[in-house]
Amino acid sequence: MWKRAIFAAIVVSLMGAAAYASFFIAPTERTMGTLQRIFYFHAAAAWAGMTAFSISFLANLLYVWRRQPRWDSLGVSSAEVGLAFITTVLITGPIWAKPAWGIYWTWDARLTSTFVLWLLYISYLLLRTLIEEPDRRALLSALFGIFSFLDVPLVFGSIRWWRTQHPAPVIMGDGSSGLDPTMKATFFFSVLAMHVLMAFLIIERNRLEKLRFEVDVIRHELEVA
Amino acid sequence: MSLLANTGVLLGKELKTEFRSRELLTTTVVFIIIVLVLFSFTFDPLSDEARRFGSGLLWLAFLFAASLMLQPCFLREQANDTLSALRLSVSDPFAIFLAKLAANTLFLMITELLLLPVFAVMYSVPVLGVLHWLTLVFFLGSLGVSTAGTALSSISAQARMRELLLPLLLLPMLTPILIASTEVTAALLDRSPYVLWKGIGFLVAFDIVFLTALWLFGEYLLEE
Repeated sequence: MWKRAIFAAIVVSLMGAAAYASFFIAPTERTMGTLQRIFYFHAAAAWAGMTAFSISFLANLLYVWRRQPRWDSLGVSSAEVGLAFITTVLITGPIWAKPAWGIYWTWDARLTSTFVLWLLYISYLLLRTLIEEPDRRALLSALFGIFSFLDVPLVFGSIRWWRTQHPAPVIMGDGSSGLDPTMKATFFFSVLAMHVLMAFLIIERNRLEKLRFEVDVIRHELEVA
Repeated sequence: MSLLANTGVLLGKELKTEFRSRELLTTTVVFIIIVLVLFSFTFDPLSDEARRFGSGLLWLAFLFAASLMLQPCFLREQANDTLSALRLSVSDPFAIFLAKLAANTLFLMITELLLLPVFAVMYSVPVLGVLHWLTLVFFLGSLGVSTAGTALSSISAQARMRELLLPLLLLPMLTPILIASTEVTAALLDRSPYVLWKGIGFLVAFDIVFLTALWLFGEYLLEE
């Protein structure tokens, strides 16, 4: 109990510090002004969402290999949390895009592939609701998760080659693109805070899934008795 | 060797089942014609627009049709309770998938090639000069669609609301195929046609990725 409370306190203070840094410490961007500050939230959430999906993919692989319920539970927990982060990204994106680019949405590589990724994981959760038997649900959804994750680079590649008019990546791009050092520090701090938040949410969601599993077992025993 | 022999026998069975009734082929052809006619109402089909949008419409119609056509692939086995027998009859379950996806690729190719002249006439797009290239794109595209589709149809067959579920699982996953095939087809239907090698390479890559994934994970999809 105490461990959870301490962890929660750490998450809250890290998120608070990240918010403070992005509003007051990071310098104001030259062309976009204050508006650009949403970047620390938007891009950091995207990174955390991708990490969550990667965890889900690993959990899916482990489930197919080891067949232990805990990997199924980790798979669904991190997929749900990843979906929450990516939903945040898809909402904060248009809020930023409208004043910056003049439109809410543009069909460029990163936007569109993020959207397709979002759809794939929605389908993953939908599939889980439509299979009753726990073992079968775990196995089939894990396999679907694996196929989806393999599809992501292909989606990104195809959209990037044929459907994009987007500027080059700012972070991890080539030498010509770059961020002011303070901005970069603020950004990586936000990324860290978001990842800690993500870990917290996955652990909590995982705990919930385990409880749900136990309740199912008890209910089943009662029905049999 | 036994994999190929098994696949051959199973493919024969798939083809025999279909050509006895021709249910899948007829319904799919009719479905695509309906979609193409309905599309023609949404813009002027005899203008330059048809050239620009034509290939996209064609592939969109193919994908929708495929998501219907792939439906019975495993449902039929389940309804007749033949899946376990099928599983027992082969040493490698991958043979079941290979046979089914080969049959589905063939059915899709047949429908596509049957409908190409209809499309060419209705939208007044000349296709004869690039027919061999179009056939190649149809093959690579259909192979990718069938590979992913056969895998997902075995998943959806085991869930509730299966008829609705397959398109939901399949269509987002086929985004790369839709984009690449549309681009290659558009280049071929251009006023001065050319072959978009990058697109063809991409389709080959998609097919290889999904065939490998199916080879690695296929046996788990059919677990009892």
